[in-house]
Amino acid sequence: MSWLHLIIALPFLCAILVPFLYQQFNPRIHTGWFILIVPLIIFLGLSSYIPAVSAGKIFYLTLPWIPAYDINLTAYIDGLSLTFALIISGIGFLVIWYSIYYLSRLKEALHNFYIYLLLFMGSMLGLVFSDNIFVLYVFWELTSISSFLLIAYWYEREKSRSGAQKSLLITVFGGLSMLAGFILLSMITDTYSIREMISQAAIIQAHLLFIPAMILILLGAFTKSAQFPFSIWLPDAMEAPTPISAYLHSATMVKAGIYIVARCTTIFGGDPAWFWLVTGIGLITLLYGSINAVRQTDLKALLAYSTISQLGLIMSLLGLGSAALYFQVGSAGTFYAIAIFAAIFHMVNHAVFKGCLFMAVGIIDHELGTRDIRRLGGLMHFMPVSFLMILVGSLSMAGLPPFNGFLSKELFFTSFLNALKMPFFNMETWGIILLIAAWVASVFTFVYCMIIIFKTFLGKKKDHKLKKKAHEAPVGMLIPPLILAALVVAIFFCPNVLAQHLLQPAWEAVLPALAATAPLVIKISPWHGFNTALLLTIGVIAAGTVLYITYEKWRSVYRYYPEALTLNNLYEWMLEKTEAGSRTITNWYMTGLVRDYLVYILGFTILLVGGTAVFFEGLAFDSSRDAAVNVYELVLLIGMVIAALTVLLAKSRLTSVIAVGTLGFMVVFFFVLLRAPDLALTQLVVETVTTVLFLLCLYHLPKLRREKIPLRFKAVNGVVSVAIGLVMTAVALSANSNQLFTSISGYYLDADKLAGAKNIVNAILVDFRGFDTMLEILVLTMAGFGVYTLIKLQLAVRRKENEGTK
Amino acid sequence: MKEPNDVILKTATKAAVVIILAFSIHLFLSGHHNPGGGFIGGLAFVAAVVLLYLVHGIEKVQKNIPVDFKKVAGIGVLISVFTGVGGMISGNPFLNQAFWMVDLPLFGKTEMATAVLFDVGVALAVIGASLTIIISISDDR
Repeated sequence: MSWLHLIIALPFLCAILVPFLYQQFNPRIHTGWFILIVPLIIFLGLSSYIPAVSAGKIFYLTLPWIPAYDINLTAYIDGLSLTFALIISGIGFLVIWYSIYYLSRLKEALHNFYIYLLLFMGSMLGLVFSDNIFVLYVFWELTSISSFLLIAYWYEREKSRSGAQKSLLITVFGGLSMLAGFILLSMITDTYSIREMISQAAIIQAHLLFIPAMILILLGAFTKSAQFPFSIWLPDAMEAPTPISAYLHSATMVKAGIYIVARCTTIFGGDPAWFWLVTGIGLITLLYGSINAVRQTDLKALLAYSTISQLGLIMSLLGLGSAALYFQVGSAGTFYAIAIFAAIFHMVNHAVFKGCLFMAVGIIDHELGTRDIRRLGGLMHFMPVSFLMILVGSLSMAGLPPFNGFLSKELFFTSFLNALKMPFFNMETWGIILLIAAWVASVFTFVYCMIIIFKTFLGKKKDHKLKKKAHEAPVGMLIPPLILAALVVAIFFCPNVLAQHLLQPAWEAVLPALAATAPLVIKISPWHGFNTALLLTIGVIAAGTVLYITYEKWRSVYRYYPEALTLNNLYEWMLEKTEAGSRTITNWYMTGLVRDYLVYILGFTILLVGGTAVFFEGLAFDSSRDAAVNVYELVLLIGMVIAALTVLLAKSRLTSVIAVGTLGFMVVFFFVLLRAPDLALTQLVVETVTTVLFLLCLYHLPKLRREKIPLRFKAVNGVVSVAIGLVMTAVALSANSNQLFTSISGYYLDADKLAGAKNIVNAILVDFRGFDTMLEILVLTMAGFGVYTLIKLQLAVRRKENEGTK
Repeated sequence: MKEPNDVILKTATKAAVVIILAFSIHLFLSGHHNPGGGFIGGLAFVAAVVLLYLVHGIEKVQKNIPVDFKKVAGIGVLISVFTGVGGMISGNPFLNQAFWMVDLPLFGKTEMATAVLFDVGVALAVIGASLTIIISISDDR
């Protein structure tokens, strides 16, 4: 257990405390003040790693979890994971601070909010630090689940619920396909560690399963990072409280897909399929997002589409940069690898300026009760600080100096200009088209940035359309976005501090082989002469201004797109069809009759177990190893047969219950005879308790009636029961006759030395196979709660119905 | 459940329940070296409580043992999970159990094992879950 593991576990541990803090101090002290400490500790703790990481050091800390399956909690700190983790904890700190003012301590269920938020923070940290693919996957899905819970935070609203469902369906679908991709990769490389996979990149690239694994993993990354056509969940996720939109749905969670693509670049990069998929989907998303953002009237929806488009931008840069791996080593690769650097740089910048924008929009929404552009206007004089924040954030997003967005936007254009020179992947013909697409998307980005600034803060004030009087937010609420706005400017003036300490190591982490031979020497400077990139930016500003001024004239273009063809409609249609289809199938086999379910269960057991035994020639009957049958056993056997037959022929339920009990108790004797005291004891007590349970259930059952049962029904019952008996007997006998491996019993005989227990059975239960036992009691407890809820629920419904009739 | 009024049964139960409870605790404690353990001990405990229910009726017993068995089950599972996590703090894998030999004043050389703690969780979970099920079903009429 290292400090780093503790840092990852900290949010989870603190989440346990939240309900108690809430209970104790609410509403005197806002719960958020306690939670605020958590990301601060994490941020400071992680900052201490910066000097070592920027010096090129890599930390690799393993905490065994299930070593028997090679699944360990391995934390891995390099530039990439550290950059992500600092964003997660840093923005997390500001967001929690902001949320203290955003969420009222009197009206909101704060404990839920902060538990979900901490759950998310912990799983996101775990995601970026994990080296083991399965641990990574678990954290990946945990972020989806916590995002689901946070979107549905105001669950009374129908829209929140459907938005949450949509995001969960899409991201979990992607997560599952990513798991499949990981499994394929682990089959190819025979390891669960990402680092070891990277070292075997050549083997993976030559493998038959290369393309399927790549597509499956990309599906996961694209769904999480809201890439086209999976982007539809992100606008609906805006139903979440604004701190959450700022944190999960712009700064961190949606970047998880970017993280995976960056991590896997060394594994898949250099292949044309990877290059075209990542660049192409990224560019399409960039265009789709920016064009759709312009038409939005809800400020948060506008920001959601702009997030989609910015994510597409980062994704396309990662795709372009992967071309560097086409050259094995050498400076030729580094030329194109600038795109990767630009991607990481823009990711950090985007987290900063978009966080600022979201918080500022949240302030508008919080103070005015609306965020509809059509109702807003002329707020500049009433909310000067918010105006400043929106101005800084939007201009940075539009790519203007003196803000950080300008620097990464210049690098973005440089990367696309560099890509024109690629002599492979058909880039000779396509390069210029990519550049044009990137430029057009930037023009639209400029237009919607202007919309945010001018339509909300300038122009005429529309007081009659507002519910509340316009005024500035409390100081405490303004500080977090102001810090971000200050960062936007600070990064512009000293970008190289950030570049040296974080971005450079992150770049090296993405392309370790390249970094070893031809390191990237990059100095970001706000002014680098009149080059093509700057000309492109000037072109963007010119075209964007013209488009913004003439916006009213061409906005009707959007109306030509038929509503029926939108992705949302496709989603709704698929959801509807899936629901109807699964209902039909479920109704077909879920008959509600226990007997039918028994037939399914036993029938499958017969087919699978019996079939496998026959198919693989596993049946073997060798009596030489069997012990001799003695008189006691014979007598017991006869007794058991009689008891079993009594169950079949009994005229009342009570008789059958007693007969079943008798059968069970006779099995106890068998265990005693075979010297298995633990089994005998367990069987004895279980039999006693189940007999009582049976008797209790008897109370509810109708009298056993001798009905005329169709012959077919009886025949099926007969065949199934005889077959299952035969299969089980055959399996038991064969298990004793086949000795394929040396028995494990010898290992257990050392229980005293290994586990300090003289009772082997107990040592197996609590120590050797402790995992099984733990999960068993978990299942037992869940079953108990299930029975309780079902019965209590039924009672409650019945009581309600009774009251209704009265 | 119907309220039986059987003097013989009631008298016998008085003695039997004590014996079963003592036996269940014995089963639990001896589990590490002799037949027994958390599961069996827990179930034997359940059997004793069920006997009480059968003889005295559920309401009466619940009034005298005011325990929410749902919580018992939950606490049991939590104890088991946390003893598993305990091993991780000292750098061992999840659910790795440890044991020490300790000299106690009265008992002499005694073994202390984290496995026993784990077993406490198992026993509580079994008791809680089983009794929750039994009470729920018998409550439903």
